[in-house]
Amino acid sequence: MLAVDGITVRFGGITALDGVAFTVEPGTAVGLIGPNGAGKTTLFNCLTRRCTPDGGDVRFEDEDLLALPPHAVAGRGIARTFQNLGLFPRLTVRENVMVGAHSRGRTGHLAAALRLPRVQREERELRDQADDLLRRLGLADVADHPAAGLPFGTLKRVELARALAVRPRLLLLDEPVNGLSHGEVGQFADLVRSVRQEFDLTLVVVEHHMGFVMGLCDKVVCLDFGRKIAEGAPEEIQRDPAVVEAYLGVAA
Amino acid sequence: MSTITAALGTDRARRLRAVLTVLFAGAVAVGAPFYFAPFQVFQLTMVLLYAVALAGLNLLVGFGGQISLGHGAFFAAGAYAAAVMLDRYDTGHLATLPVAAAGCFLLGLGFGVPALRLRGLYLALVTLSFAVFLPPLLKRLEPVTGGSMGLTVDKLQPPAWSGLAEDQWMYFVVLAVTAVALLLARNLLRSRVGRALLAVRDNESAAEVMGVRLSLHKTLAFAWSAMFAGVAGCLYTWVIGFVSPDSFSFVLSITLLAGLVVGGLGSLYGPLLGAAFVMYVPSVSQDLSEAAPGVVFGLLIIAVMFVAPTGLAGLPGRVLGAVARRLPRTAAALDRTPEAESAPDAEPKSRTESGTSATLDPADPAVVDAEPVGAPPRTEKE
Repeated sequence: MLAVDGITVRFGGITALDGVAFTVEPGTAVGLIGPNGAGKTTLFNCLTRRCTPDGGDVRFEDEDLLALPPHAVAGRGIARTFQNLGLFPRLTVRENVMVGAHSRGRTGHLAAALRLPRVQREERELRDQADDLLRRLGLADVADHPAAGLPFGTLKRVELARALAVRPRLLLLDEPVNGLSHGEVGQFADLVRSVRQEFDLTLVVVEHHMGFVMGLCDKVVCLDFGRKIAEGAPEEIQRDPAVVEAYLGVAA
Repeated sequence: MSTITAALGTDRARRLRAVLTVLFAGAVAVGAPFYFAPFQVFQLTMVLLYAVALAGLNLLVGFGGQISLGHGAFFAAGAYAAAVMLDRYDTGHLATLPVAAAGCFLLGLGFGVPALRLRGLYLALVTLSFAVFLPPLLKRLEPVTGGSMGLTVDKLQPPAWSGLAEDQWMYFVVLAVTAVALLLARNLLRSRVGRALLAVRDNESAAEVMGVRLSLHKTLAFAWSAMFAGVAGCLYTWVIGFVSPDSFSFVLSITLLAGLVVGGLGSLYGPLLGAAFVMYVPSVSQDLSEAAPGVVFGLLIIAVMFVAPTGLAGLPGRVLGAVARRLPRTAAALDRTPEAESAPDAEPKSRTESGTSATLDPADPAVVDAEPVGAPPRTEKE
């Protein structure tokens, strides 16, 4: 489904990603791990066209992803969440989710200003879909609340709801459980598992919480200083000496 | 099921209330010119046309998160487009409106392009430069614009069938245009397009990931905004019947922005309040002394920003919030008195009750709403 091949990103003298290659098969969940600064988020940014690699190739369902303009990525069925939340603080929770459906809407500026009947119909549809998602994720109570001021755990779910509103086939989660309490991590993992099933998602997850990654993912890719140092099933990765040294730490 | 019907009920009630409010406001607006003296009707007309310009500026600044110190120039462009058409081509008033609107739309589209690359102070400077160079340019182009002398054109004349005085007719025409303009702005905002605009304001990179095409929405926000200012300028020519470069100095741009901030950024009816502020504060304070308008205008802006940082439109909400925060405590205090009177021996118990309800205050939703817990999620810097 997704094929990353030899991707290289340089920021000045720093090589953030150095020839990273891996593939994501349809329906699987791939974990992306590595110490801070390993290049995980940079890789995500390449996948969503927020940054352009200096070399390499990214193909999504045999389409060159790097040839797309950034705003077209969502329309291809790729959604993401952000490491430190990328919500719209002054919009309500429902509006946040409705922005997620932006790429599926058709209304242009002129039609919107004149409020043609089809605009009203589309608004109603998007609103109903957003409300369905909010109910599904247990957010119906806060639908009319502005995103700013809600608890962090709730906001994480709002961001997930917004990403699901894109109707993605590939969902990129950037540290979905960072900042959550122990109990919340478990709940969020259950939620991700159930929506993955329900919406038939392929996942790529960046996360430091090993329990979360190992419990969810079918394959794990480990980065260190921009290079891929290991790839394999979760059990193999946990035993891999290079991973243990770079990331999990060596026993003193 | 019962919650759904309840929600439907409140929805219907809200709609009913909105319809009633609009009908009431409409009735007041239609009745006003028959009640007030001609000069006051003229002032109301000016408030309405400024409201159009402010509504446009609001689209850009309040909802789009960009800034413009050049909207006086778009206003001037619309005014001059109408004046030149009336003066040289004698086209009739109605024909000037679409031309001024379309011309300023295109002009705004042109200015929207640098706005893609610039933000904050830099964008403010570029737009300010437009406002600064336009008046001298108008003076130079004497054959067309009449130079520093300006152009005198016919005001809008009431048709015989209406039986209205000149000021009343102008008021109604401007009222109609304003109503349409405000409706267009409202429609725009309550749609996919408006949400995209707000999303770009709040978090550009997240908006783009959701599929919002930044360049399109940002340039079109500029274009709409300039168009509204141009329409307001055109109405100005209709009402005043005279344009000169000195009427549109860069101070006008700054006054418009100040009016919008005072009225309420990002509020649908803020522009109306802001327009009233821009119109009435100078004219009322003129009665104090010749030098008063500037001073009073400035002092009032400072006062409004201290008392109502969300603008006049946000003031009722803030007052209600403050009252709601006080209320639980007052209610608890009230609870205590009757009980204490009827049963003196129960006093200690009721006192502890009111004590607990007072300590429960922080859990009150109004209190929690007023002080958001934790920092608002901010743009991810990458």
